[in-house]
Amino acid sequence: MNHSTYVQLLDAACGAFLLAGVLVLWRRDLAAIVRLFALQGGALALLIAVLGVHEGDAEVVALALGIGALRALVLPWLLRRALAGGAANRETQPLVNVATSLTIAALLGLLAYAVSRPIVRLDPTPATHAVPIALTVVLIGLFVLVTRRRALSQIVGFLLMDNGITAVAFLTTSGVPLIVELGVSLDVLLAVLVLQVLTARMRAAFGDTDLDDLRELRD
Amino acid sequence: MTLLLIAPLGAPLLAAGAHAVPGRRRGTSWPGALSAAAVLASGIVLAVQTAGGPRTGLHGLLRADSLSAFMLIVIGAVALLAMLASPAYLAAEEAAGHATARDTRRYGVLTQAFVAAMALAVLAASLGTLWVAIEATTIVTAFLVGHRRTRNATEAAWKYVVICSAGIALAFLGVALLHFAAQHAHVPSSGSLDWTELAAHAGSLDPQVTRIAVALLVLGFGAKAGLAPLHAWLPDAHSQAPAPVSALMSGVLLSVAFYAVLRVKVIADAALGAGFARALLLTAALASLALAAALLLGQRDYKRMLAYSSIEHMGLLALGAAIGTPLAMTAVLLHVLGHGLAKSVAFLTSGHIQQAAGTSRIAAVRGFAARSPLIGGGFGAAVLALLGFPPFSLFASELAIFRAGFTAGLGWAVGAALVLLLVITAAVAAGTARMLLGAPGTGPGAATLPSRPPLGAAAGLLLGLSACAVLGIGLGPLHDLLLDAAAVLGAH
Repeated sequence: MNHSTYVQLLDAACGAFLLAGVLVLWRRDLAAIVRLFALQGGALALLIAVLGVHEGDAEVVALALGIGALRALVLPWLLRRALAGGAANRETQPLVNVATSLTIAALLGLLAYAVSRPIVRLDPTPATHAVPIALTVVLIGLFVLVTRRRALSQIVGFLLMDNGITAVAFLTTSGVPLIVELGVSLDVLLAVLVLQVLTARMRAAFGDTDLDDLRELRD
Repeated sequence: MTLLLIAPLGAPLLAAGAHAVPGRRRGTSWPGALSAAAVLASGIVLAVQTAGGPRTGLHGLLRADSLSAFMLIVIGAVALLAMLASPAYLAAEEAAGHATARDTRRYGVLTQAFVAAMALAVLAASLGTLWVAIEATTIVTAFLVGHRRTRNATEAAWKYVVICSAGIALAFLGVALLHFAAQHAHVPSSGSLDWTELAAHAGSLDPQVTRIAVALLVLGFGAKAGLAPLHAWLPDAHSQAPAPVSALMSGVLLSVAFYAVLRVKVIADAALGAGFARALLLTAALASLALAAALLLGQRDYKRMLAYSSIEHMGLLALGAAIGTPLAMTAVLLHVLGHGLAKSVAFLTSGHIQQAAGTSRIAAVRGFAARSPLIGGGFGAAVLALLGFPPFSLFASELAIFRAGFTAGLGWAVGAALVLLLVITAAVAAGTARMLLGAPGTGPGAATLPSRPPLGAAAGLLLGLSACAVLGIGLGPLHDLLLDAAAVLGAH
């Protein structure tokens, strides 16, 4: 793979990665949000695979396959299963409306560029130039986590953050050591399983998984 | 040597396996206490062994120095208290119909896995393994927080997993960035997240990138340690979890997360100078103390009162770490142990009170000292210890932190902390007095008290309180260990 193909592929993967994240803010239909999340998992796998092929590192390419399987197939499947158990499939009333959310996403992008300047300066390669994009996805995930009221949307917000962080890790140094990466993936999978069980329990206890009902414990 | 490092992980995992075997009912109480004792014993042996220098094992994956050995002792001691109290607590829960035999078995498996994850966190040679271990504690304890399956318990578990996972994800971003900085400082890539390698190359880490990484790490691990601003999960989780689990979470899990902050601070100080980490920790310390003081005033729930007291004590630890002199660091470590012992006794006795009164509202409990001198007295003594009264060791450690602060020129911060502590002391003492003193109530629930706890549980309470008091009088062999561990933290 010559240099310009590498850069083009890298940018295409990053573009798809960011677009999927922003579109999550736009859609209210929970099934569509899960589809977008699966798409983003695919883009992340492609991104890592491009980096791996460029560096000729077979371990990274293998990791790309594993991460793709986890984030584009397994996690969306778990989310769909959690969705199938519930009646309401729409984000009823997000705390911030769609138009404002998209504007805020643009501002978060600017913030990400400002914050990641030292990172780009330390090692100005095509990969680190894409770090702001990954960081934007982290911030969008945090934003979804804070402003959405459906349990499932909050899980997606957490997973968007996690996708973004994984992307940062690979864009900066082709990933943290293998054992840490495996541990992280396992932890994410288990966290989603735990949250899925809790979602079912909340549905049994509260009737639906609108998190506005979570207000019994407060001071 | 490797065996000694694996023992603190293997013993709880074996006990978890023993709990997982279905059909065993009577014997299930002993594996837990035995494994906790094994963790404590290996901590003590490691403390002796590491006096000559750190030990590594399992292909460099595990590493123990004086600080790890000390933290293992804390984990083992608090786990022992919690495990001694668990059988009686679970029997009462089953008798009251709050839990089934299956819940009890799962409780045994999860608490042991929890202890193993904390032991892994303090024995991890690298920042990455430490991160994985701390995230694992969140996953394992999620179902322990939601043990009762009530609305409140489920709500608390949800908040706990979401806030802690998001917080710890930010810490992972910090890990990734620190890894990036390390690669460009020519740290060998095989061990580029190892504490020793990072500390050795800290001087050549890029300061700008390291600054972002350290801020994220302190924020993320601080969330798990219950430091403001990401503390919101703590009062809910600690008040809804079964009492022995609250004791473990409040007594050691917070300190294990704070241990991660302390390790990060060593690297931050070497790479950026002492000012950056100090500013972060001072902000977190004063914010946590102010928050605890504000919410303890007029607190109506005694388990939440203990939870906010944990935020207060984490704030004090952060204050001590911000001061960072040898005296302050030694005091911080002693405070970790003293707080672990006193807070677990407080939570364990509060579990008995809750089971007797049927509620955790302060107003519903009256004259408890007269109804059950052992439980009421234990709760009262533990709260006095937590408020920093002598002879308990928290008196000595708080005094040392304040003295160190004045010497280091941080008198303004110590002064502010003292004012907040005064408010906290008044609020907690008033709430506790209302529960313990006065004539026993005659309302509903007042008569259902099993006035005497079983032998194992009572022994645990007395053991915890007397250990805390003895440490306040003299440190004995712990003195050298504390000095060595403080030296690991860069306080020479």
